[in-house]
Amino acid sequence: MALSFKRQLIMLSVCSLNLACASIEPWVQPYERENLADPIMSVNRNPVAANYTNHAFQAREGARGAEGGAGGGCGCN
Amino acid sequence: MQGAVVAVIKFSNLKPCLALLLCFIVQQNSVHSAVLPQERADAMYHSYQGGGMSIDGPSILLRKQIGNSISVSANYYVDTISGASIDVLATASPYMEERTEYSVGMDYIRNKTLMNLSYTTSTENDFAAKNISFGLSQDFFGDLTTLSLGYSRGNDEVGKRGDDTFLEEAERQNYRLGLTQVLTKNMILGLSFENIADQGYLNNPYRSVRFVDANSDKGYRFETEVYPTTRTSNAAALTANYYLPYRASVYAEAKLFSDTWGIDATTYKVGYIHTFGDDWIVEVRSRYYAQDKADFYQDLYQRSEEFNFRARDKEMSTFSNVSVGLSVTYEFRFSATNWLKKSTLNLDFDHVQFDYDDFRNVLIDAPVGDEPLYQFSANITRLYVSLFY
Repeated sequence: MALSFKRQLIMLSVCSLNLACASIEPWVQPYERENLADPIMSVNRNPVAANYTNHAFQAREGARGAEGGAGGGCGCN
Repeated sequence: MQGAVVAVIKFSNLKPCLALLLCFIVQQNSVHSAVLPQERADAMYHSYQGGGMSIDGPSILLRKQIGNSISVSANYYVDTISGASIDVLATASPYMEERTEYSVGMDYIRNKTLMNLSYTTSTENDFAAKNISFGLSQDFFGDLTTLSLGYSRGNDEVGKRGDDTFLEEAERQNYRLGLTQVLTKNMILGLSFENIADQGYLNNPYRSVRFVDANSDKGYRFETEVYPTTRTSNAAALTANYYLPYRASVYAEAKLFSDTWGIDATTYKVGYIHTFGDDWIVEVRSRYYAQDKADFYQDLYQRSEEFNFRARDKEMSTFSNVSVGLSVTYEFRFSATNWLKKSTLNLDFDHVQFDYDDFRNVLIDAPVGDEPLYQFSANITRLYVSLFY
């Protein structure tokens, strides 16, 4: 069965996205990441203290979850 | 670049909006940028003092790399609790107890993919919890983007002091999604989302609701809380870190929370990190949190068992808190040939003020339902030494 126009469009979009992803050039070069690699830019500089602080608030609040970031991303080291 | 993988599975059977999810792109190249967590050891003393509660104890973390692709970690944590909070004073006697938590974890790196698995167990004389967690993170697009996924599953066994026959269970599943994006050479943006689903006994067995009873001395009495046995929550957070023209940074976070119990909450956090020379790091921060009450929360019910679900746990009420904090870190640096590369001595302190909008202070004599609204402040202190090797 032939694919509908809508599905062809989606396939085309997916393929375009893939090609686009494959050809993205990093706009921040590895040698430009010194500032990002500095510990003062780390979202989880002290994991033991951060875990405790999250626990201290979470035990007294109704909200929970989404603590900390995904980490990494700077491609440092 | 070695290539890209596109998986396409029978489009005709799938809704268009799901089709994009079938495109899984993994770019492989020879530059390995994802890194294992840094080898370190931390020894911390922590303390929480406020609202009649005193909680303190140690926490020890050890992290060691094995070969080039595996890192293992172990954490030991103790809470020693002296409880005389308003909930305890209103309905029970002050108590002391201890909670001990052990965690072990392993991280494994392969090319740009970092995987981790961890197991945590926590025990008290009336509570036991086990949790297993799996996470995966992957760098994309010249390592400017990191996508992370996580799943956790936990089981609780809830007991009650003075009642050996009381035993209830609850289970929990967490799904996490995170995205970190380098925007410029001075700025990182993070987006994280977490869905948590609970099932089972979700009450605190020591908390009670109060209801009007004209025949009692005080004009009211207490009875057991009853919570729904399921709860699903969603939280989404957006964070930004910015490196200033001198060696300092600012960060901000906004978080939204909503759950099936009717609690909606927002959290805002801002901080500024300043360095003095190479050795001192000072951070100042502030945090604001506000929530709306659970649908089944009430400070005072008009009669016993007025509704099927009842809560007077102040964590379920409408309230807000504001905190201000300060951290001071001193770094000791050692020679590159030394086994110990760096050490830090850290002191973190936060002062928090809680203000409740519909939780009344029943310890103060006043007409029933007209007691002053409850408020309290707390100090949270962390003193720790970190060794990096």
